[in-house]
Parts: sequence; structure tokens; C-alpha cells
Amino acid sequence: MKDEFILRIENVTKDFPGVRALSGVSFDVKKGEIHGLCGENGAGKSTLVKILAGVYPNNTYQGKIYFNEKELKLTSSSIEEAINEGIATVYQELVFVPHMTAGENIFLGREPEDKGVINWNKLFSDTKEILTKYKLNVPLFAKLSSLSVGQQQMVEIAKALSHEINLLILDEPTSALSEAEVNYLMEILKNLKKNGVTCIYISHRLEEFFRIADNITVLRDGQVVDTVKTAETTEEKIIAMMVGREMKKRFPVKESKPGEKILEVKNFSVSVQNKRIIKNVSFDLKKGEILGIAGLMGSGRTELVTALFGEYGKIVTGEILLEGKSIKIQSAEDAIRYGISLVPEDRKEMGLILIQEIFKNISLPNLKEFSTALNIDKHKELQECKKYADYLSIKTPSLFTITESLSGGNQQKVVIAKWLMSNPKILILDDPTRGIDVGTKYEIYNLINKLAENGVGIIMISSELEEILGMSDRITVMREGECAGTLDRKNATQERIMALATNIKRKLQV
Amino acid sequence: MKQLNSIQKFKEIKLDIRAYTLIFALIVIWLLFGSLTGGIFLSTRNFSNLLRQMTIISFLAIGMTPVIITGNIDLSVGSMTGFISVIAAYLQAIILPTFLPVLFPALSVELLGILSTVITVIICLLIGLLIGMGQGFIIAYGGVPAFIVTLGGMLVLRGGILGVTQGKTIIPIEDSLRLMAQGYLSKYAGISIAIIAIIIIFLFTFQNRTKKKKYGLKNKSLAVDLLVATVFSALVLVFTFMMNSYKGIQIPVLIMAVIAILVTYLMNNTRFGRHIYAVGGNKEATKLSGINVQSVVLRTYALMGLLCGVSGIILTGYVAAGTTSGGMNYELSAIGGCVMGGTSLMGGIGTVFGALMGTLIMTSLENGMSVMNMSVFWQYIVKGSILILAVYLDVSSRKNKPL
Repeated sequence: MKDEFILRIENVTKDFPGVRALSGVSFDVKKGEIHGLCGENGAGKSTLVKILAGVYPNNTYQGKIYFNEKELKLTSSSIEEAINEGIATVYQELVFVPHMTAGENIFLGREPEDKGVINWNKLFSDTKEILTKYKLNVPLFAKLSSLSVGQQQMVEIAKALSHEINLLILDEPTSALSEAEVNYLMEILKNLKKNGVTCIYISHRLEEFFRIADNITVLRDGQVVDTVKTAETTEEKIIAMMVGREMKKRFPVKESKPGEKILEVKNFSVSVQNKRIIKNVSFDLKKGEILGIAGLMGSGRTELVTALFGEYGKIVTGEILLEGKSIKIQSAEDAIRYGISLVPEDRKEMGLILIQEIFKNISLPNLKEFSTALNIDKHKELQECKKYADYLSIKTPSLFTITESLSGGNQQKVVIAKWLMSNPKILILDDPTRGIDVGTKYEIYNLINKLAENGVGIIMISSELEEILGMSDRITVMREGECAGTLDRKNATQERIMALATNIKRKLQV
Repeated sequence: MKQLNSIQKFKEIKLDIRAYTLIFALIVIWLLFGSLTGGIFLSTRNFSNLLRQMTIISFLAIGMTPVIITGNIDLSVGSMTGFISVIAAYLQAIILPTFLPVLFPALSVELLGILSTVITVIICLLIGLLIGMGQGFIIAYGGVPAFIVTLGGMLVLRGGILGVTQGKTIIPIEDSLRLMAQGYLSKYAGISIAIIAIIIIFLFTFQNRTKKKKYGLKNKSLAVDLLVATVFSALVLVFTFMMNSYKGIQIPVLIMAVIAILVTYLMNNTRFGRHIYAVGGNKEATKLSGINVQSVVLRTYALMGLLCGVSGIILTGYVAAGTTSGGMNYELSAIGGCVMGGTSLMGGIGTVFGALMGTLIMTSLENGMSVMNMSVFWQYIVKGSILILAVYLDVSSRKNKPL
């Protein structure tokens, strides 16, 4: 019986500094099946894929993986090793050379040669053979940049299949595809299955699993909830497994009630290169209110708040009313002047200057408070920074410490300190607790509540549904750049949010 | 917590090590050339020459520091220096002598010369500022890469030089302008300046202590602060007496010191300076902190242009003519000096002090090799190789940083 499994994952645990991404994950994949893998953002899907693709080599995780009954030991982080073993991965973000044709991309780095000269005829005939065998509809001589996203993805799949592989991993292949392209991809995957290729299929769109997958494994918080036969389950059951039924008391209770309206956004739209990334979003925010914004990755939730913060300049349309007055925000400078602050999604790339001292990071947007045109009062600056560092209890030997050497949680506190000092009326937090340990998370929740009690309007994005539910007064759910719905604290449940975020039209009763 | 503390201490020491390495390398080079040239290299006369030689490049290196820290580059500074130099010569030799005597017939020849120099200096600084702003505008707001804009600028300005001079050397230059580049302070003036500098050092030390007290920050012990102040004062005195034992402190060296102090102040104690380091450290985070990144970049180029103006004026005074080859390859020495002095081409890191030390090292190599009568071709080869070696050492030390 054993040989029917192509892949067996046994007790795999993977730690990142401060976070356990996978803990004791075990499941098996049968030969020739399409195996669905799902879970919320941060459940550990991507980490698992990266382990299988060799991005995280053998010695960086615990546990064992058997591939074709042999223990899989990838030692370098190069993808070639995984491909040689017979595992190929197509990622969500496609990686290709846009100015080359399908064939050139497929055989990049291993072009068929004849005495050191590329044999173009062989390259193109080989390409054609692969494309016909798997019924991939891609023009042979067109540059990839001129193809649709769906076609580009087919090229990536063809590239994976051009190697001798036994296992194909598709990491959210449909997130950027149109409905028709998704249908086509489903057909291709069925065809691959007929050709004997085993597939691990990751997606947020649950209905796809029910069209093609034989089995589904659900991950939550780095653990396997269960592996079930698709035929014996329903979308509702899968969602319940994904979000978990229990709700622990992990969030402090906020005492105060929201006050009068401070911000109103009407028909807010953003188009970048003819693609509308935010479509007619309207919402409002009251003083002392915590408005949660939920949505899957790529749903437009981050784009919405960065657009409010002036990231897209003049191309936004719609109206923003601050305390009843219409304002225009075309740059971060404008936003800050109106008393809006943003703790960005990626603290390392967007929030901090890692090579600089802590105090310089905290004071950067607030330098005007203690400087004239010709001089910064450094002593006053240090005193002010110290006040906020103490208030947030940033754990550091001194304010002169280079920010890079702090832990993730303390780095995030530096970002928050920087924006607290600017005394905002509205504080936007984009996934403020990502990659932060539980203790610091609780401190940050407390702080957010305290700010709200002091009348600051708070907009909080989070990937964790529990966090959104535990903290927010109201929850707006984003889907594909649109506002899919707004829920009150009273009648918000994880299932309802998930249903709005993933567009399940039926009424859920869990 | 304790472990973090020791890592931190290690880092602080490491930062200091960078500065000490530069000083150490400089001393090694000096001793080496001293022994190779039988002591001639270390004579006060050669020392005085060495400092004057570095001045023209040093202005460019000082200006280049903020430009590189923001992650940009300026390849046009050599040509710009040359261009402003021939403009200065053209003004002094051709334009002003025809206008000034007519406009101010009452003035003596000597006063006319001084007036001519004042006007020349103002016009040259303005031209430098304008060219710098022009290039900065195209880079910051036009989005054209700095490398291309200033590479083009280098050619345009080199063409400008040929246009102004018509291929000839322009003379004569007023005495007052020559004095700015070649003159010496009288020995008494030198000592007076030294004393003023020492008074400022001590005043600054005490002011710092009272302010720290006012804001409830920890002071170092009085003895340590006084010791540091005394060491700096001693250095000032030693330098002054050394220069006085030859002909005195040179005026261009004084100008260099003043500008270096001003720009250092700008970089460390003003918002503009903070913004420069911030842009180089993380452009996106700086933008999201509400800082106008484009304006910061534009202003670094304006400053660079202004300092090219200073450099061009001093070049004209030093050569006592406007020449077609003026400023040739200065951009390489200036960038080399910055980088050798620890300014990172990746942006975010660097100091004016480092750039000056780097320039001094480069100039010392050049000076030492000419004192040794080494062939010019060897001089180029050695300078180029040492630059690459210095940056390699820097890059490899950064790769291994403990994090």
C-alpha cells in the first residue's frame, strides 16, 4: 500500500525568529492525485511550499519528508536541486523574462546547443511538443510581455513540465486570473492528471477544490487541522476548519464607545495602468472607533489605506471628508498635515530606516517639533523620544542602538512610537502584529484601545480574523478592490467575514 | 538584554574603529613616504604643499558626500569646476576690466582689482548653484538616473570650457583672487584664529553639558569631556605652530576648514542633514514619513554646485589662469576620496570627516609619489589599485557584520 503515496510529510516544524510557522505538520499525497491545500493567510501554506521547493534547505526545519519513498534532503536553496529531484513549483508571482518568447523562457539557461551555438529549431520544436502534449494554448513566437496573465502562467507551467518531474506545486495560480482563464486552467490540470502528474494545488477560492481536487488538507496556525476527501465534505466545513471554532480571550476589552464622525470616504477609486485596484469604496470612521478592514491578500485592503495616505498622488477619485471638510491627500506630507498617520504593512521596507539609530527613526516625521531651520535641539529630541520609548516599553539598551538589531516586536514599537509622537487624529495600522510574539501583540492591542479611548480614530487591517473580531467596533471586508460588506461587532463572525472575503453567495449556517 | 548590550557596545567600538583605521592608514602612508624620501615628505614645507593640494578636491569631496549618501552620484563636478574656473578667468581678464574702470573711475587700480574679485566670486558661486540645481531638478523631478544626467553634464560643461576659452589660456588674474588660493595668514592671525577655535571648543563643551542637564539626560564625567576638549585644542595648536614654522596657515586651507565645519554641522544638526541620511537609508520609509524626497535630492545637488563654484574659484586663483584642462578627472578623485573615507555608494552612510580623510590619503599618495619622482604611469596605477582595494576592504568588512 505504501507505494501509492508520492509524498509523505512527517512532523515538519519550522521556526522563524519569534514565530513558529509550522508545527508538527504531517500529511500524505497520493500518486497521481490533485491535492488541495488551504488555510488563512499566515497559516503556513507558503512556508510549506518553500520547504518542498528547497528555498528553506533541509537543515533549517525539523521533521522528515519522503518523496518517492526516499527521504528528501535539499541542501542548497537553489531551485534546481528540487527540480532534479522531480519537484517543480509555479509561484503566485510569476518569474519570467518579459522580452523573450515562450520557448526561450522555457529553456532559459539550458538551451539546446550544437557546438556551442543555440539550436533554435530544436528549441522551438521541443517547445511546440510540450505545448501540444499538455494542450497549452500559447503562441510560439510571441514575447511573454504581450501575453495575458493566464497565458504567462501556462508558460510557467510548461517550463515546470519540460523537466522530468513527478510533482507539480501550484501556489495560488488563480489569484490573478479572470473567470474564463480559471476555467481553462481547471481543464489543463485535469489533463495533467490524465498524464500522470501529481499536483499540490493551493488556492483561496474554495470552489476550485471541489472542481478538481481529490483530497484537501487544511492548515491553521501552522498545524494540519485535517485531510479530507473532497467528495465527503462541503465548502462550509472547510471554512469552519480554516477559521477554527474556538475563540480564546486574547484581546483586551475596550471600554469607550465611538463618538462623532471624523472621517468619511465616498466613492473612492484608484486606477493604476488602466487597472482599477480600488473600486468605488465608501466608508466612514468615528472618533474613538476601531474600524477593522479584513480581506485576503491582494484584496485591495493595503492599497486602500496607502491610497488614503497619498501613495497614488493625483490619480485617485472620490471624496474624503475630514471632520466634515473636504480634503485632498496627494502625498504622505498632506496626510500627515491633516493628522493621519500610517503604520505600514512592511516595517522593514516602508516603516524604518534599519541602519539608523532608534531615536532618529522615532523623530523623523516629527523633527519640526524640536528644530528651527538652522538647528535641531538634539537634547530635546532625545528627551521626547525617550518619553515615547518608555511609554511603549521598547526593550533596548539605549536610544542610540541601531534599529536593525531589535526584535520584530520592538521594531514595530519604534514605528508606532514614531507615529504616536506626531499626535494623529486618525491612525491607520496595516497588519500591525504580523510576525510579532504573543506578549508584544497584547501590549499593542492595549495601546490601540488606549488611543481609541483618547478619541483617536483607528483603522486596522489584519490578516488574522481573530484579531479583527477581537479588536474592531466594525469590520469592513474587502474583495477584489471592492467593499464586499461591513459588519457590526455584534453580528460579525469569522464565517461571515470569510464568506464575504471569498465570495460565497450562499447563506452559511455553521 | 545583557547580550544585546554587549553586541551594542561592540558595534559602537566598531564604528570608532572605522575612523581610527583611516587615521592609522594615513599615518602608515606618511611614515612610509617619509622613509622612502629621506624625510623630505614629512618636512613642514611639503606638508603645507600637501594640504594646499588637497583643498580643491576637498571642496568637491565635501559636496559629493551628501550626494552619495542619498544614493546618487555626480560625475560632472570636474568639468563644472573647470567651467567655473574659466568663467572666473574670463570675467577677470576680459569682461570686468572693460566695465569697472568706466563705472567707477574714482577707484584706484588696487581697489578695482578687489571689486573685480568680489564680483567674480559672487557670479561664480551663483553659476555653480544654478548648474547644480538644474542637474538636480532633472534627476529629482525628471526621474533621469543621476549617472546619466551628470555624465551628460560632464560633456556639456567640457564643451562649455572650450567655448569660453576658444582653446586658449586666459590671463591675467587679479592679485586678490590669487591671494585666496595661494596666500598665507600672518603668524599672528594664525595664532588668533587658533585661540578663538579653542575658546569655541570649550564653550561648546560646557553648553552641551548644561543642556543635557536641563533635559535630564546623562552627562559623561566632567574630566572626560575636558580631556576630549583639551585633546582637540592641542591638535589645533600643534597644527598652527607647524604651519607657522613654515609660512603660516594657508588661506585656502582655512576656507576648506570653515566649509568642512559648516557642512558637517549641516549634516548633523539640521533637518536637511537628517533627511539626507534618511533618504539614503530607506527612501520609501522616508517618503512615508512625510518628507519630500525630491526636494532633498535637488538641494544636495544645489550644494554640490555651490561647492564646485568654490572649487573653480580657488582653481583659477591657484593656476593664475583659466585653462582648457582645468578640473580634468577631479570627479574621480572626489568620489574616490568619499568612498575611501567610508561613504557607502549604496547610500545612507558617510561623513564629511571621512571624505576629508579619504581625500587626504589620496593626495598624500599623489604627493608622495611625485616627491619620490615615480613615473606618472605608475602613479595612476597605484592610485587606482589602492582605491579598489580600499573599497573591497570596506565591502568585505560590511558583509561580515554581526547581525
